[in-house]
Formats: sequence, C-alpha cells, structure tokens
Amino acid sequence: MSDREQKRTDRRTSETEEVAEEIEASDEAQEVTERIDDLLDEIDSVLEENAEEFVKNYVQKGGE
Amino acid sequence: MSAIHKVIGTETEFGISVRNAPDFNPVLASSIVVNSYAGLRAKIQWSHEEESPGRDARGFGPEGGILPDLDGGLVNVVLGNGARFYVDHAHPEYSAPESYDPYEAALYDKAGEVVLARAAAEAAAILEDGQSLVIHKNNSDGKGNSYGSHENYLMNREVPFSDVVDYFTTFLVTRQVFTGSGKLGSENGRIAVPFQLTQRADFFEEEVGLETTLKRPIINTRDEPHGDPSKYRRLHVIIGDANMSEVQNLLKLGSAAIILMAIEDGVIPDSLRLARPVDATWQVSHDLELTKPLELAEGGTATALELQGRYLEWARKYAENNDLPPSYDRVLTEWESVLDDLERDPLSTADRLDWAAKYRLLQEYRERDGLDWDASKLRLLALQYHDVDPSKGLFYKLEQAGRIRKLFTPAEVETAVNEPPARTRAYFRGKSVRKYGESLVAANWDSLVFDSGEETLKRVPMMEPLRGTKELVSDLLDRSGDAASLLRALGEDDE
Repeated sequence: MSDREQKRTDRRTSETEEVAEEIEASDEAQEVTERIDDLLDEIDSVLEENAEEFVKNYVQKGGE
Repeated sequence: MSAIHKVIGTETEFGISVRNAPDFNPVLASSIVVNSYAGLRAKIQWSHEEESPGRDARGFGPEGGILPDLDGGLVNVVLGNGARFYVDHAHPEYSAPESYDPYEAALYDKAGEVVLARAAAEAAAILEDGQSLVIHKNNSDGKGNSYGSHENYLMNREVPFSDVVDYFTTFLVTRQVFTGSGKLGSENGRIAVPFQLTQRADFFEEEVGLETTLKRPIINTRDEPHGDPSKYRRLHVIIGDANMSEVQNLLKLGSAAIILMAIEDGVIPDSLRLARPVDATWQVSHDLELTKPLELAEGGTATALELQGRYLEWARKYAENNDLPPSYDRVLTEWESVLDDLERDPLSTADRLDWAAKYRLLQEYRERDGLDWDASKLRLLALQYHDVDPSKGLFYKLEQAGRIRKLFTPAEVETAVNEPPARTRAYFRGKSVRKYGESLVAANWDSLVFDSGEETLKRVPMMEPLRGTKELVSDLLDRSGDAASLLRALGEDDE
C-alpha cells in the first residue's frame, strides 16, 4: 500500500470513528432524556392529586 | 487547649397537614402523630428542665392510642433511641439524641424521618376515611410561616460568648451555599426571586438575640446547657435548613463543629466580619450563581465561596494539629469537593445538596411541561420533595433513581431508629427506656426519674454528656434486672 493510500485509509477510518462517536453521543443524550422522562413519569404518578388545591391549603402555624 | 469534644444533636419541627381536611387542627394532628408512635411503646413523659419531679408526672397519656387529651398538656415522650418526640406549638418535633460525632448526628437525624413516617402511618388508623397525614421535613410553608431546624453543639463554658459572635457569624452566613434545602420564591418581605438556596434566610432579621420565632437572629443566645452549667454551654444554632440529604447533613454538622472547636482554641485568625451580616444572609441565599460579592466590615469584598475557602483552610489545619474522630476526615473531603464543584458548576452538586437536587428537578419539569416559576405543579414538587413517606417523598425517588449519593445503609438507619448512640449519655437514657420503661416516669436531657415502688421517686442526674455511655454502663444495665436493682447499684457506686 502506498503512503497516499495509507493516509486515505487512515482518514476514512478516523472519519468513520468520528461518525460512530457522534452516534454514540446522541444515543447517550437520548438515553439521558429517556431516563429523565421515566423519572418524571414516576414522580407524576405519586404527586398529590390536586396540585393547586394542595399547595393552596398548605399553611403551617409558626413554631420554634 | 480549651476545645471540648463536640457532642452534637439536631432538632426538627416537621410540617404537618391532613389530606382532605385542610382545616384539621394542627396541634391535634401533631398530638395524634406523636401519640401513635409512642403508643407502640411505653409512654415516658419528658419532664421540663426546672420542674422537680412529682407523682403527677406518672402515667402520662392514654394507653390505648386513642385521641390524646389536649387539656392534659402537650404530648411529650422519650424514645428508645434516646430521642425526644413531642408537640412543639403546632408541629411534631423530633429532637435527636446527643451524638458523638457528625456522622452519628446525621444518622440519628435521618432516623427521625423514619420515626415520623411510621408514626403518620400508624395514625391513619384513628383518622376518618379519606383522611391521612402528610409530614414534611421542611422549614417554610411558602406563605410566610417558618418552623425550625436547630443544631446543638456542646461548648466549653469558658469561651466568651462574644468569640462565638465574632468568629462564627460569617461562617453561618456563607455556609448557606451548601446547607440550603432550596425554596421557590421569597417570603417575609424580601425581594422577589424565582428560587433561592435556603428555606430559612428570609426569616432572619437580627445579628444576635434570644428570639427563635420572630426577629430571628443569626446567632441565638439561648442559654440552656442541658448539662453542668459551670462547665458547658450548648450552642443553639437556628440558622439552618432541615436537610434530606445525608451527605449534606454530615457536611453541615461537621463543618460547624470543627470551626467551633477552632474558635474554642482561639485559632481562627480572622473574624472575616461582614459589613451587614443580615443583608448578606439574604444575598447569599438569593444568589444561585454564587458569585455576588459581600461587603466586608474592614473594607473590600469577597464571595461566599471565597470566604468558605478560608474556613476550610483553617479547618484543615485544625484537623492536622488535633486528634478528631475519623468522620471529620470525610467532612473535610466533602467540604473541599463541594466548594470546588459549586465554583465550577453549582448544579453538579445535585447529587448531594438538597437545593441543587430540587432546582434541577424543577428545571426538568419546566422544560418538559413548559411551566412558569409560579406554576402550582412546581410548588407541589418543591413541597413534596420533603415528604417523609418513603412511597411519596420526591427526595427518596431521586435517591432510588441513583441521583443522590447515600451515606447510610438501611440497616444503620433501622438500628438508629431503635437503639441509642453508644458513646454519649443518650445510651443510658435510651437503654433505660427500653429496659425499665415501666418504672421510668420522666426523662429529660440531663436526668431520669424512676418509680421503683418505693415511697419517693428517684432522680438520676446525668450532667455529663459523655458519661452514661455503653462503655461505662452496659455492665451495670446487664446486672440490673429491674429499676430497683439499678438504683441500688447506682447508689453503691456513689458511696
């Protein structure tokens, strides 16, 4: 293999790697988003039923 | 060297409400909670400091766990782990047993959440259908009412109180960057902000004072040593948030304890006095970027993080020159990394600081649901973060999802719910409750009162917080099958 061919091959390999990294990174970002969505969905399922009512009624007398 | 061992204990007033019964009397609700948990165990009344014990102290509270008698005074009991569990104003309050070091103090504070959660679950049985108790470990209702989370540190009486005021104030103001539990909005007439670091800052209005319920001071001068008053002072720190995060609580208690030891030994080189400490308290809490310069009394400015950097440096030096319990190594490591992380990217501390964890969660909701800062749903999320019910509390959800670092194993927490700390007088108190509960008629921080069937009640003083330990009394407790033999053995020891 000539030097030129070798370089081209190297370049191709590194381009391929870059693309692969990008795909991996976006997969990771998507995974993070999905993990957050799953967590928020789970939290939604345990939240007090009527948010507006609940926070409106939440009054604590002083203490200490 | 005048620093003394830092015995540490926390007190937490919990927020309380009843689902589907917004007008439910909070004093009654609090009494039901305390009574429900205590109902499972012997009821031993907490006696007040200056009261001499009498026969009327006996047999407090109904045995059946039915509604407590409100006219009979507030429900006030001592638990087998040495804690005091009672109704303070309109809140259930858990005062953790005296602990030997910051790790143990944070552990017994965590145990308090479990006590409250179990008590609330037990109490459900005596409420009407559809009603249930909701308990929050927080410090504000978002409507201008605040309730306390207090820290207590044993100090050498010889240290002039003015040293505490001079050298501890700036530490307390600036530590808010890592002690806050996070709050939506502002209260008590402070400037409007969407979110701030702490629940409590808005309520502080004085530099030094005795009050805890209005005009709250940064340095509280309450002087109840709960021990030998000629030797000890109990520093009552009221400017702190109740923390859900275990790591954060360790850091909060441990950093304060080291600085207090350094103050006792007179090795804090500079008071770093702020020009206006109260204004600075609000400023620090309101500054999410952590970059606002604070004016110093001697001229010039510094940020809260820069000032904390100085305290950390002094604390490191102090730890190098003194023999501290091993958990202080962890405190110093966490302290250093939290300051570095807050400097680099404040939200990178969402794995250990309540304010950052809560802020991150609210931002995720804002992004997903397009919510404004004043949305009811955000208010609910910020509130439910503090729910102590393990199936409802959002802090626990974040923890289960692996987003919050833990410090304690479930087994450690369970032990702390039931057993007292081994290395303070809380050991003798807790073990006495567990073993001689039927003969123990009253207890408080520095004494126990027994009725062993003789003509008079017998008071056992415990004026030394580091006596009554497992090492000192476990043989005695093993030998004494009942309260009468315990008292006899104690009498012999005295002679």
